[in-house]
Amino acid sequence: MLMIGTGNKAVATAVRDAKPTVVAAYPITPQTEVVEETANYVASGELDARYIPVESEHSSMAACIGAAATGIRTFTATSSHGLVYMCEMLHMSAAARLPIVMANANRALGPGWNIGAEHSDSLSMRDTGWLQAYVSTVQEAYDLTLMAFRIAEDENVLLPVMINLDGFLLTHITQSFETVEPGDFIPEINTPHAIDIDNPGGYGTLTPSNEHFKFRRDIERGMRDSVKVIEDAQNDFAKRFGRKYGMYEEYMTGDADVLVISMGTLAKETEVAVDNLRKEGIKAGSVGIRWFRPFPDLKDVVEGREVVIIDRDYSFGYGGILANEVRSKTGCSPFSVIAGLGGQEVTYDDIAGFVKMRAANEEHWFGVDE
Amino acid sequence: MAEIPDEEFILKTTSACAGCSASLILRYVTKAAGKDTVLVVPACCTSVIQGVYPNTAMNIPVYNVAFASAAAVASGMSEAFRAVGKKTNVICFAGDGGTVDIGIQALSGALERGTDFLYICYDNEAYSNTGMQRSGATPLGASTTTTPLGKKDYKKDLDAIVQAHNPVYMATACSAYPVDLYNKVKKALSIPGPKFMHILAPCPPGWRYPSEKTIEVGKLAVQSGMWVLYERENGKLSISGASKAAMKKRIPVSEYLKVQGRFKTATEEDISVLSEHVENNIKKLEREVEGIC
Ligand SMILES: Cc1ncc(C[n+]2csc(CCOP(=O)(O)OP(=O)(O)O)c2C)c(N)n1
Ligand code: SF4
Ligand SMILES: [Mg+2]
Repeated sequence: MLMIGTGNKAVATAVRDAKPTVVAAYPITPQTEVVEETANYVASGELDARYIPVESEHSSMAACIGAAATGIRTFTATSSHGLVYMCEMLHMSAAARLPIVMANANRALGPGWNIGAEHSDSLSMRDTGWLQAYVSTVQEAYDLTLMAFRIAEDENVLLPVMINLDGFLLTHITQSFETVEPGDFIPEINTPHAIDIDNPGGYGTLTPSNEHFKFRRDIERGMRDSVKVIEDAQNDFAKRFGRKYGMYEEYMTGDADVLVISMGTLAKETEVAVDNLRKEGIKAGSVGIRWFRPFPDLKDVVEGREVVIIDRDYSFGYGGILANEVRSKTGCSPFSVIAGLGGQEVTYDDIAGFVKMRAANEEHWFGVDE
Repeated sequence: MAEIPDEEFILKTTSACAGCSASLILRYVTKAAGKDTVLVVPACCTSVIQGVYPNTAMNIPVYNVAFASAAAVASGMSEAFRAVGKKTNVICFAGDGGTVDIGIQALSGALERGTDFLYICYDNEAYSNTGMQRSGATPLGASTTTTPLGKKDYKKDLDAIVQAHNPVYMATACSAYPVDLYNKVKKALSIPGPKFMHILAPCPPGWRYPSEKTIEVGKLAVQSGMWVLYERENGKLSISGASKAAMKKRIPVSEYLKVQGRFKTATEEDISVLSEHVENNIKKLEREVEGIC
């Protein structure tokens, strides 16, 4: 069905269609509409779920953990301070191998209070064992949220999935999007380690280092196996519903001399910059990172090209997080641009400007450095 | 009664909604506290109404902190001031969500440790900052954006929770009774140790009434007994002026509910439960005043 709505609305609609049994959520700008819309779907009976209006994000994730432990499908959404307040529970949900799905509206962290888009919230949760995807359109927010349930619940993965969408720039913009009838695209959930009264066991029991080590190794096994599971889900989605997604989104990369790599809405803005640069004779291309964890193999696409990487985040004392991930995985020497922090406006003209001023291995803070 | 000073610590440049009683409360709290005061403010409407950096509408230091952390930050600040011999007032100014929900652990800890501070919860009975979602302080029957059919659960009894910590002083107040509010803040700050105030803060956009009725709605809350003004010094209860009258003769709870759009979803049963709750609460307080427990 064709709908018109915001990124938040698309997420809530995908949740309605994926039919979780328990939703626990806590409001925070700019994700609040997801919390409100799912509450509405439950109130109107369109979503037959238990809705838990918890008292904090630590508790929303904890409630999802408790619910998922029984083997049912569960969802929550948050942003910024809410996400980092959950930090302990993020580690615990992943290590407990619970296939929880969460939407995160990317937003800056305080102080001072700022509600603009920034990737520092989710990227600071990078090493929790959660899969992370970044979407750049309302349609993608719907599609990826739906796919997240299938990917998380796959027996070869059994890890939680976080769908990230830029605060305001995507959560609050309105586009048309097409919903689907998922049918058996998302199989019934089957959590092998769900609590079973007839087969009692200890969960999270005191665990010696050799066993602890094996459990951690298996999280990494799940992460690596998830690449194939993601690709299968995305291919099956394309076959059934006609929209094709990859681990990353390539735009005019074929003959490109210079690549711009970014995530979220910046990647869409970059595609316009690429068109304009090409009119000026600069052969640019765009790579939008869709799946950040597991991190995609970019070696081939980066090979032999100049690279500009835009980070809406920063690792203090080190550099742009995406720039460093790409650099360490591919060995390229990118021009690292830090732009868009705290919702700073970054237009396609600005992005074209970054390409023109590129200098390998340099770092540039947009709007701060001259 | 002390004269309320003319000096203002909250300037006429806030970005609060018209008829915001939370800012009215802040005005009288700061007048009572005076210059030697730091406010600790978790995420709430008060984080927004101060305006945008590098400006501020406040004339005393305001430390804006994470949503769950106000009372714990205040603990650290109070100990630090006292360690160097300073008497500076440390006042948490927090919403109901930041108090009864996400902040209750920090509040409980700070009260139990005997922290020398004043914790003020201004209660607009919902998460207003994020656009009126339910909180643990939202009353039964009220609709919010997360309780579209009206809240099914009771308002959390914050005062009973705080009382269980035996603070040296605790009081309720309401924006519609500023002199009572002012005097209570003054008294609280004259006593060392953990102090607590719970202040009803009617909110025009959230409660859905015209902004010019903001004082009237506060008065109806007290006149109907839905909100009782009292104080407890070392546990000893005394009912305050306006509520003394309401203890004897009250207007029906429905008079208070019907001026607010948020109670349109309240059922007849909700209204009778709320009325019954008022009657029981007042009977309990009367018995306590009379020394019958
Ligand atoms: C950890 C965290 N979760 C959520 C938020 C979003 N948030 C900011 S203020 C607020 C509601 C505040 O409600 P209340 O304490 O009642 O104050 P009011 O806004 O009503 O004045 C919420 C949910 C946040 N800032 N931090
Ligand atoms: S929403 Fe309510 S509490 Fe917040 S500023 Fe407006 S009137 Fe005041
Ligand atoms: Mg409130």
